[in-house]
Amino acid sequence: MQLTNRSKVVSNKEMSFKEKLYIPAILSGMGVTFKHMFKKSVSLRYPEVTRQFSPVYRGMHVLKRDAEGRENCTACGLCAVSCPAEAITMDAAERKKGEEHLYREEKYAAKYEINMLRCIFCGLCEEACPKDAIYLTDRIVESNYKRNSFVFGKDVLVEKIEDRIDITKRKKEYHID
Amino acid sequence: MFLLIFKIALIVILFLISLGVAAYATYGERKVAAFMQDRIGPDRAGPFGLLQPIADGVKMFMKEEIIPNVSDKLLFILGPCIFMITALMTSAVIPWGTAMEFDGVKYGLQVADINIGILYVFGVVSLGVYGIMIGGWASNNKFALLGAVRASSQMISYELAMGMSLIAIIMMSGSLSLNDIVAQQKGLNWNIWYQPLGFIIFLICAFAECNRTPFDLPECETELVGGYHTEYSSMKLGLYLFAEYINMFVSGAIISCLYFGGYNFPGLEYLSTILNPNLVSIISFGALFTKAIFFVFFFMWIRWTIPRFRYDQLMKLGWQVLLPLSILNVLLTGGGLTIFSK
Repeated sequence: MQLTNRSKVVSNKEMSFKEKLYIPAILSGMGVTFKHMFKKSVSLRYPEVTRQFSPVYRGMHVLKRDAEGRENCTACGLCAVSCPAEAITMDAAERKKGEEHLYREEKYAAKYEINMLRCIFCGLCEEACPKDAIYLTDRIVESNYKRNSFVFGKDVLVEKIEDRIDITKRKKEYHID
Repeated sequence: MFLLIFKIALIVILFLISLGVAAYATYGERKVAAFMQDRIGPDRAGPFGLLQPIADGVKMFMKEEIIPNVSDKLLFILGPCIFMITALMTSAVIPWGTAMEFDGVKYGLQVADINIGILYVFGVVSLGVYGIMIGGWASNNKFALLGAVRASSQMISYELAMGMSLIAIIMMSGSLSLNDIVAQQKGLNWNIWYQPLGFIIFLICAFAECNRTPFDLPECETELVGGYHTEYSSMKLGLYLFAEYINMFVSGAIISCLYFGGYNFPGLEYLSTILNPNLVSIISFGALFTKAIFFVFFFMWIRWTIPRFRYDQLMKLGWQVLLPLSILNVLLTGGGLTIFSK
């Protein structure tokens, strides 16, 4: 199957005198490299400039709160079951009296950990979640020196009440033609 | 007495310029490579990454110094020293500009105006092989030894063709002194117009002498780890890499002296009638410096364009193509001189 029309037939024919000189070929090669000196650079100065992510980008997870600021997660464990990399662990706990403003349902996750080194960012946890609690965002998991620091707990994953994470892009359905 | 002070000052300035150019050539190499590959290159240290050479230097000095147990310690240390010294010594005979004038006495902008300048350059460049050979041998490492053997055989083979292409220049100028050769190329009357073939041969040989791509087999990473400097670390490795860039700069200066008129440029005579001779001297130095820097850029340009030769191809090119061509060039020059000099 021909993918492009740039393919060349390889042959072992004797080189002509011009080809044996190599200098024309070298000069044209130098022309190519010289042209590239004025082309726009494709690299980005990363910490200052970040790449534009596609709407379906799957980055670091977020545990959502509802409109009143209560955690959506009920620790049903479907995300952990669906996770092919077995990156998610959680401990469930019962909501006490007076905690209604913290947790939406009567059961909640006392501990919720995702091991970011195991996670393959497939997004199956998001699909499995019946409570709209977990989403993958366009945030990047930052690099670190210690393996332990890649186990993200609730302190990192749950969104802050005053600093909500926008996931409307993830909720839309995208069709790839 | 003043002559002595002038020469010492000149030596110190040339030393500093060589080191500075070499330091910024490492930065330039990375930038040129980046631009040719549509990248940005080092830009973290200082504005546009201009402090990168200093950061690199500090890194080199701070790194752990490893001398292999099985190596010959004295020779191991001697290797990079010789390579660096020979690299710095070559620039002594280059006429960097027109003569300066103090109290009516002229002082040539040249450390040593010896009448066999070209032979001196050749002698010192050949000594440079010892730096590589001793370093590679003393490392007691097969890759280092292979790299050193490749380097020395390559440099010796290409020196022949280089010398032959130079003979044509010497025949034309009738002098071995670099000063005379440059002085004869006034304005745009450069040797390149008379010796295009010799220039190409000399340029190719200069690449081989500097161990630059496409002739960087002595240190080719894909086969020999690091070539002759495999076992070197810290600033000894730094000296090897540094000396390579000094060699590039000096050979750029020598190519411009031999073929591109050295410090000459159109309008130099006119300038010297209206300006202070010291100012003219500095301007003419700037002209040579620009030409040399262009050749350093050219070396980099080639490096990021052409892949490396295979070793048998390298030897074939040196002995079967360049050497006969340079002899032919000598014959043509001789024929041309007998016809046109009448």
